[in-house]
Amino acid sequence: MTYVPHSQAERQAMLAAIGVDRVEDLFADVPEALRFPKVSLPEPLSELEILQELQWMSESNADLDHYACFLGAGAYNHYVPSVVDHVISRSEFYTAYTPYQPEVSQGTLQTIFEYQSMICALTGMEAANASHYDGATSMAEAVLMAVAVSRGRRHKVILSPTIHPEYRETVRTYTQGMGLTVVGDDPGKLREGIDLDLEALKALLDSDTACLIVQNPDFFGQMESPAVLQELADAVHEAGAMFVVSADPISLGLFTPPGDYGADIVVGEGQPLGNAISFGGPYLGYFACKDQFKRKIAGRLVGETVDTHGRRGFVLTLVAREQHIRREKATSNICSNQALCALAAGVYLATLGKRGLRTVAELCYHKAHYAASQIAALEGYELVSKEPFFKEFVVRFPRPVSELNSYLLDEWGIIGGYDLGRVYPHLAGCALLCVTEMNSKGEIDYLVEALATANFQIEGSAGSREVGS
Amino acid sequence: MTEPLIFEISSPGRCGASLPACDVPRTPLPAGMVRDDLPLPEVSEVDVIRHYVRLSQLNYGVDKGFYPLGSCTMKYNPKVNEVAARLPGFARTHPYQDPDSVQGNLTLMFELQEYLKELSGFAAVSLQPAAGAHGELTGVLIIRAYHQSRGDSKRTKMLIPDSAHGTNPASTSMCGYTTVEIKSDARGNVDLEDLRAHCDDTVAGLMLTNPNTLGLFDEHVLEIADLVHSCGGLLYGDGANFNALMGIAKPAQLGFDVMHFNLHKTFSTPHGGGGPGSGPVGVSQRLAQFLPGPIVVPAMAEDGWVGGPAEHADEHAEEHTGKHTEEHTEECHALRLAMPKHSIGRVKSFYGNFGVLIKAYTYIRMLGAEGLRQASQDAVLNANYLMHRLKDVYPLPYDRTCMHEFVLGGPPPEAEGVHTMDVAKRLMDYGFHPPTVYFPLIVHEAIMIEPTETESKATLDAFAEAMIKIAEEAVIDPDLLHSAPHVTPVTRLDETRAARRPRLRWVPPRQD
Repeated sequence: MTYVPHSQAERQAMLAAIGVDRVEDLFADVPEALRFPKVSLPEPLSELEILQELQWMSESNADLDHYACFLGAGAYNHYVPSVVDHVISRSEFYTAYTPYQPEVSQGTLQTIFEYQSMICALTGMEAANASHYDGATSMAEAVLMAVAVSRGRRHKVILSPTIHPEYRETVRTYTQGMGLTVVGDDPGKLREGIDLDLEALKALLDSDTACLIVQNPDFFGQMESPAVLQELADAVHEAGAMFVVSADPISLGLFTPPGDYGADIVVGEGQPLGNAISFGGPYLGYFACKDQFKRKIAGRLVGETVDTHGRRGFVLTLVAREQHIRREKATSNICSNQALCALAAGVYLATLGKRGLRTVAELCYHKAHYAASQIAALEGYELVSKEPFFKEFVVRFPRPVSELNSYLLDEWGIIGGYDLGRVYPHLAGCALLCVTEMNSKGEIDYLVEALATANFQIEGSAGSREVGS
Repeated sequence: MTEPLIFEISSPGRCGASLPACDVPRTPLPAGMVRDDLPLPEVSEVDVIRHYVRLSQLNYGVDKGFYPLGSCTMKYNPKVNEVAARLPGFARTHPYQDPDSVQGNLTLMFELQEYLKELSGFAAVSLQPAAGAHGELTGVLIIRAYHQSRGDSKRTKMLIPDSAHGTNPASTSMCGYTTVEIKSDARGNVDLEDLRAHCDDTVAGLMLTNPNTLGLFDEHVLEIADLVHSCGGLLYGDGANFNALMGIAKPAQLGFDVMHFNLHKTFSTPHGGGGPGSGPVGVSQRLAQFLPGPIVVPAMAEDGWVGGPAEHADEHAEEHTGKHTEEHTEECHALRLAMPKHSIGRVKSFYGNFGVLIKAYTYIRMLGAEGLRQASQDAVLNANYLMHRLKDVYPLPYDRTCMHEFVLGGPPPEAEGVHTMDVAKRLMDYGFHPPTVYFPLIVHEAIMIEPTETESKATLDAFAEAMIKIAEEAVIDPDLLHSAPHVTPVTRLDETRAARRPRLRWVPPRQD
């Protein structure tokens, strides 16, 4: 199946109109020796065959519809109301390009404007863009913006060690050619394994600092109080730097928005808002800031205006940068957004609304605390996290995390927590568990039972794992 | 015909979602941390559906009609792609699951890496970048890392032809390089004299879009590659125009060292109104260890293996023709994620836009090598046909055989006071999406048309006739064009006003 409509007769008619004999004649500019190379790919398949094959491939995975999932760490298993996929399946949305021609793109433009408005409402900020690639790149863009706000005069970026490890890595990748120093995220600076030492971060602030970034709730699920973060914000501002906060958007349905405790820029992973978990992508990075910085925002922005009849309409605005005028002066090259993912996020936020989002956040909070308390009561398991935490918490396991996770997966059909030893060597043996509204009490109790059994079962049953569901 | 904002149809107390009751004991919420107000809209499910369906109807998409947006490859997006990406076995997997439990995902990614290697001739591919511009940034970082690894720190310049893609200079400056623009010659090729004059040991590389944004295949591509390589630079390929080249030429064989693909252009994954896309990067052997990761490798591979020469893909592809065998199943359970030895690092979280990768994989498997070559051939055939239908009516600054797109030089000269934007807006009245306009910058009043291969001769003829009619109108009744469009949901919008006092969000009307 090639999706090309031409018959041979039509091709001949078109070639005749062009004035060449064969289609090959159109490729005379390609060096002859390299023209029409051998390409070895599998034989073409019909739609039926490819779907059968993909079905087979997909079913060889352990998926979250068939396994109980307690894994989060930046990608979250939340319920997606049916309306979301229905709306993003409208091909008027998904087969459109970036809305360069506003007269025929009001659908996309208005949905982005509404998305921007909802992100502002959620974060307590005054301006938001149409989204970045994901939470990690959104944080990297925040760094670029902070440096741009300082007119390139500040070269230091302070990262909290409790920011998602992959976000910190992405910031470093983005900035490796820019002559910046990225400091602060040495895991050795964590107190009692996972606690953020705010004084240590503050001590790094100076007149060369472009921004200081924290994540709240942090990578371990713990939250700092708004009062404490406001103090940090004041210190950052005193140093003339920008305060950037990365936040799980679901948590903002319930907890104080970063705009209330001094954030200049708020970024985060928007996937929890109605987007499939989809093995890590496509997601969206939301990006919001204070009004005074709106002209420095990279990426797509939609603004309100009027048409020649005075009717309200929407356009891409503040765009004359990365592709057009003074393009080599642009501080970011981003020229797209994750429009369809942002649409999903917008539909999700509209559908849940102020009450629904709070309910989801509360369910996560209560269920996570229930699970944490049940696991903490088990012999051999220690709850490392302290209050307050949101939907994730850290547990020290009695056995290596990878070993326990294999047992949970193979014997109980449970996808266990994130093995923190992978990136924080001092936390070897600790797992980051995530509980959301998707996990019923029954499922949580089942996990607790599995963990309780695991502690002696793995030891006692070398070779004959009989316990199962 | 406008639609109120979702906030304006909000009514206190409504909620469009049903959620389960809390089935665990409640834990007190932490004091001083709960927000007072959450100013999100309150609407019912019916409100939501009607609102977004009405908004969708204000949009134009490929499924509605011809969308000849130059450089964007607005080809048809097969529906099977959408079904494939939504299979729960794919869509409901977590990126941090144990690799053994997601071998289906890893197999798909590994095969896609191999297919892209085979189509391009490159030695290794990373699927991680999320879009074309993201792939560009990745590619330039790889070039930088390569020079640095050799202790070659005097290379500070990136050469960019004036016919290159719009984001190239920004990607370059993000990596700390200075952009040097290289002129085009009278035939739309890179001006070899100008290039030669700039090639020295401060050149990190050249970013070449080929076919370039004029839709022309550079007649001196091999000389260009030689010039750049002989001064120690690397040749970057902007793969945005790869739809002209599938099965026609392999960029690695043309001398490119690194190139990004746009899966959302060439490989039929939808553009989504601006994303999500996917911008995998392919590299030659000497750059393989610098790729961003993780990438998918055989579990048995030695540490640091990132892919062999492209011949390997041939053997691999042959094994996979036809139905799955037991043997294949065995082999599948043998993939893992790995970071290349001198990786520039990750360019985003996780592994790439997996849902988009599924769609591109599906497309490649359905077309096969011959189908992909046919697609590129027909894309080039369609562009040349349309160019021939229009070139007697509209100025054609570079009258050469084009590849998958071509650039006209604005409205007919006899249409005084009529601009390209007027032609574009008037096309909407005829039911077409306008082409790309005012790009590339080297053509005054540019109209950049890319029909793609999925359009029929009848559609191309109808578009040509509309363009010819508009050219006539431009002379007889220019105001008809100046006031266009007339039949769209809104008329021309005041962009100056939008930029002067930006309103980027809804604020509740003041209650005085």
